[in-house]
Amino acid sequence: MTAIADREALLLQAVREIARDVASPTADEVDRQARFPSEAIAALRECSALSALVPPELGGGGVSFQTIAACCLELGRCCGATGMVFAMHQIQVATIVRHLGPDPWFESYLAELSEQQRLIASVTSEIGTGGDMGRSIAALGPADGDNLTFEKQAPTVSYGEHADDLLTTLRRTPESEPGDQVVALSRREQTTLEPTGTWDVLGMRGTCSPGFVVRATIPSEQVLTTPFARVAAESMVPASHILWSHVWLGISEDAFDRARSFVRASSKRAPGQPLPAANRLSQVLGRLGLLRAEVSSALAEFCAASEDPARERLSTLAGALRFNNLKIAASEQAVEVCRGALDVCGIVGFKNDTPFSVGRHLRDAMSGPLMIANERIRETNAGLMLIAKEV
Amino acid sequence: MNEKIRQAIRDHGRMPVDIDTLSDDADLYQAGMTSHASVNVMLALEDAFDIEFPDRMLQRSVFESVSSIAAALTELEAGVAG
Repeated sequence: MTAIADREALLLQAVREIARDVASPTADEVDRQARFPSEAIAALRECSALSALVPPELGGGGVSFQTIAACCLELGRCCGATGMVFAMHQIQVATIVRHLGPDPWFESYLAELSEQQRLIASVTSEIGTGGDMGRSIAALGPADGDNLTFEKQAPTVSYGEHADDLLTTLRRTPESEPGDQVVALSRREQTTLEPTGTWDVLGMRGTCSPGFVVRATIPSEQVLTTPFARVAAESMVPASHILWSHVWLGISEDAFDRARSFVRASSKRAPGQPLPAANRLSQVLGRLGLLRAEVSSALAEFCAASEDPARERLSTLAGALRFNNLKIAASEQAVEVCRGALDVCGIVGFKNDTPFSVGRHLRDAMSGPLMIANERIRETNAGLMLIAKEV
Repeated sequence: MNEKIRQAIRDHGRMPVDIDTLSDDADLYQAGMTSHASVNVMLALEDAFDIEFPDRMLQRSVFESVSSIAAALTELEAGVAG
């Protein structure tokens, strides 16, 4: 028990130091040049953070999902792009770990991931599906021997060029219906990525997520047996919404801290004078409090629901509503907190080169409502609310 | 019961195939029922059988075939009778 607690605390401490000493000093450059945060990811590899969620018997750190969420928050606080890359990787690892069941190949893969600190990216979105992750156009087709092959048009692949492996959603066979999907893992050397665009964007610039045509040929054992519909409901969707939200919360916490430092500095310059910025700051704190509460209660509910071996609650429509709601609420609150911090700091917050700059925070946070568009999630929720009972 | 279930799927499942060509155990999602359409099937079933599915039953595995739906309805009706 103590050994486990130590492991969790050690990882969190190491990640906190990487965030402060590596991610934070390079955050502005990563943002300005829209370049991959390679120093921070290298440092995370160095402390085996990429395999932290993998069970110890497969060579991983065996830490809890809660600790990973806390790491996402710490990284997001210092560099949104680093936090998001880390979060996306951990979502893929969590997905594999939680659906290992009948797939011995994936066990050996996780052992290899732990040893080599391999970084996984995901290829879930697809051109032509209207942003619906639950449908695929691309399909796994037969290739030589026991191999399978696919070609997928992906509008964005986060850090695609920097990943060692890709986790891709596909129709099970060329004859399968759009909703009959599986997840396939392809190694970089089994995959070709043909870029179809650039990544010159408003925020989250360091995630380097242009579009690609993804082509791969893989042995059939590299396809998860569990259907994607189950993988998505029980793991990928809630884990994504929770870890993304922790990154957005981290970004918001830092924007708030900067606004608070600004107000303190102002009050020292004019002691005893009324300070309108302080009132605005208290409004921002109110919003930040709501964001913290939503993020931490969703994490607790997910972890509690995951203790049930059947993960019954996560498969229900009410469960889907719960975590969809988190995504909408957290992504919108984070933008509001960052915009509020900008209101507090005024022109020194608007400038990109002051200790109170919050432009990067605001721009990074603005990616939240678009990653799986909130409009699309609202549409889904509208249907679910017709039938779910306790919402 | 199974015919009433099939009628609800026929009317609301927006299946790309004729439900009559599928067996009671065939996977409706694999046959092309979307999650969106399945919500309408659930609503139609509540109406047709005058029951309410509790949240624990509102999940994919319960609505994946005619026979899994029948099992859920049987359980609900037994609960009412008991």
